Amino acid sequence: MIKYILRRLLVTLITVLGAIIILFIIIQFLPGDPATVILGPRATPEIIAEVRAKMWLDRPVYVQLLRFLYNIARGDLGTDVLNYMPVSFLVFNALPHTILLAVSSIFIASFIGIPLGTYAAAYKNSLADKITGLLSISMIAIPSFLAGVLFLLFFSVYLDWFPAMGGGRQGDIISQLWHLILPASSLALGWIGYIARIMRASVLEEMTEDYVRTARSKGLKELKVIFKHVLRGALIPVIAVIGVGFGNLLGGAVITEIIFHRPGLGTLIYNAIQSRNYPIVQGGLIIAVFLYSIINLFADLSYSFIDPRVRND
Amino acid sequence: MKKKENIFNKTLESFNDSNFKKIFKDPLGLMGFLLILSLILVAIFAPIIAPYSPSDIDISNRLNSPSSNHWFGTDNLGRDVFSRLVYGSRIALTVPILTISFGIILAIILGLIAGYSSERVGNSFLILFDIIKSFPALLFAMTIIALTGSNLFVLIIIIGITRFPAYARLIRAQTLRVKGKEYVIAAKAIGASVFKIMYKHILPNVIGPIFIQAAMDIPVVITFVAALSFLGLGVPPPTPSWGTIIKTGYSFIRIAPWMVIFGGLVLIWATLGFTLFGEALRDNLDPRLNRQR
Repeated sequence: MIKYILRRLLVTLITVLGAIIILFIIIQFLPGDPATVILGPRATPEIIAEVRAKMWLDRPVYVQLLRFLYNIARGDLGTDVLNYMPVSFLVFNALPHTILLAVSSIFIASFIGIPLGTYAAAYKNSLADKITGLLSISMIAIPSFLAGVLFLLFFSVYLDWFPAMGGGRQGDIISQLWHLILPASSLALGWIGYIARIMRASVLEEMTEDYVRTARSKGLKELKVIFKHVLRGALIPVIAVIGVGFGNLLGGAVITEIIFHRPGLGTLIYNAIQSRNYPIVQGGLIIAVFLYSIINLFADLSYSFIDPRVRND
Repeated sequence: MKKKENIFNKTLESFNDSNFKKIFKDPLGLMGFLLILSLILVAIFAPIIAPYSPSDIDISNRLNSPSSNHWFGTDNLGRDVFSRLVYGSRIALTVPILTISFGIILAIILGLIAGYSSERVGNSFLILFDIIKSFPALLFAMTIIALTGSNLFVLIIIIGITRFPAYARLIRAQTLRVKGKEYVIAAKAIGASVFKIMYKHILPNVIGPIFIQAAMDIPVVITFVAALSFLGLGVPPPTPSWGTIIKTGYSFIRIAPWMVIFGGLVLIWATLGFTLFGEALRDNLDPRLNRQR
C-alpha cells in the first residue's frame, strides 16, 4: 500500500511539474510578446525594452523557466500587471469561493441523486424507475452553463425568487447562502442524474448479495432491507465517483461563476483574459492544475482503500 | 480475388450486425438516433428550411418577440433567430466531428507507439497523457484561445488535444493486449516492418472501442464548443453558432428571453440525442465498457 501511495505521489508531482513546464512553453511560443501586450500598441521601443528587462524576458528561455519554477516553489506566482497585486494573494482569495460552490453542488446533487437512485432501484422496471432513468439522462445531457442561464431566467428574472448576480454581502452568511443556491443548483443538475444512475446500479448490485436474502427471509419489509442493509454498501462506489468527478466539477464551476458574476477562480481568470493580465491567467491555471491533481490523487488513494484491485493497475 | 479490406470495413464487420439492430430496438437508442438524424437533415437542408439568411441585419426589427414572421423572434441586430439556429447546426455538427477525428488521429499515433514500444517508453507516454489530462480543459482552452484569437482551426486543435489522452490510453491498453498475439508474432517473423505491423495488424484490432468512446464524446465536445462560444472565445462572429446565440440572449435576458430559451432547447436536443445514442451504442456493442447495468 505504501509503495502504491508513493508511486501515485511521484506521478502527481511529475504531472504538476510537467503541466507547469508545458504552460510556460505555451506562453513562450504563442504569438505576441507579453510586454507589448501589457503596454499596448502605442508603447515606445524603449519602454518595451525596459519592461522586458524587468520581466526577465531578455534572458535565455531556460533561465526564465528556472526562475519561474523557483518562484512557484516559493509560493510566488508573480505580480499582476495592472494593479501590482501579488497573484498568489488574488488567487487564494478567489479559491475559497470556487471550492464552496463546487462542494455545495456536490451536496445538492447527493441529497437529491442518492434517494432518487435508491427509489428507482427499489422499484426496478416500474414506470417510476423508467421516468427516473429518462430524467437522469436528460439532466446529464443539459450543459451546466445552459442550466445556469435557464435557472437565471426562470428563478431570478421571471419569478424573482433568487438574486441574479454576485456572491452576497461580505460577512453576511444568509445573503451569501441565498446567492449560492442558484449557481450551486445549476452546477449540480447534471450530477443529480449521474449520481442517481450510479446509485441505482450500485443498489441493484448490492441487493443480489446473500445478506440481503437473509434479511428478506427474516421477513423484513423491502424498504427496511434497503435502508438498514443495502444502502451502506451501495454508497461506496458513489462516494468514489464523487471524488473522481470533483475535479471536473471545478471546471464547470468556472463558467457558472462567470454567468452569475460570482467571485472565484473562474471569474478571476476570465477577467484577467479580458484585460490581458497574463500573470493572473498563468498563476490561476497553475493553481487549478495543482488542485485538480491533488483531488485526483486523493480520489485514487481513497478508491484504492475501498477496492484494493486498482493498486495493481 | 478477395476485395481489399480497409480498416473501417473490418471494424464495422467486427460490430456484429444483430448487435447493431439492437440499438434501434432500444427505445432510448432509437430516440437518440431520430434526434441526431433530424439534426443532420436540418444542417444539410438549412438553406431550404431557414426562412431568412442567418446574417441579414434588420435594425428596424431588432429584438422582436416570436411572431408568425419570426418564429423564434429576432436578435439585437434584427437577425432571424430561427434561421440562425438552423444554420448553427452546421457548426455544431462539424466542429465536434473534426475535433474528435483530430483527437483520434493523434491518439492512434501516440497510443500505438506507447503500446508497442518498451515498458519504460510506454510509461513516459502515459505520464504525458496524464499531464495533458490534468489541465482543466475549459480554462486551458480559454487561455490559449485568448492568446491566439478565436478561429475554428485553433478551436479544433485545442479541443482535440484536450480530448485525445482518453483515446490514447484506450489504444495503448488494447495494443498491449494484442501485441503478443500469434498473428503479430507471425508478421514479425516474416519480416514485416514495424509500421506495417502497426497499421495492418494492430490498428484494425484496437480501434473498435475508440469509436464508442468517440460517440460518447460528441455531446461533450458540442457542449464545450457552445460554452467557449458563450464566453466569446469559440466560433468567431458572424458565423451563426448556438453558443453565440445563447450568449447574445444572456446579454438581453431581461428583455428578450427567447434567444436563450430556443437556443437552449436546440442545444439540449443535440446533446440529448448524442448522449442517448452513444449510450445505446456502448450498452449493445461493447459489454466491457458497460459498467452501469
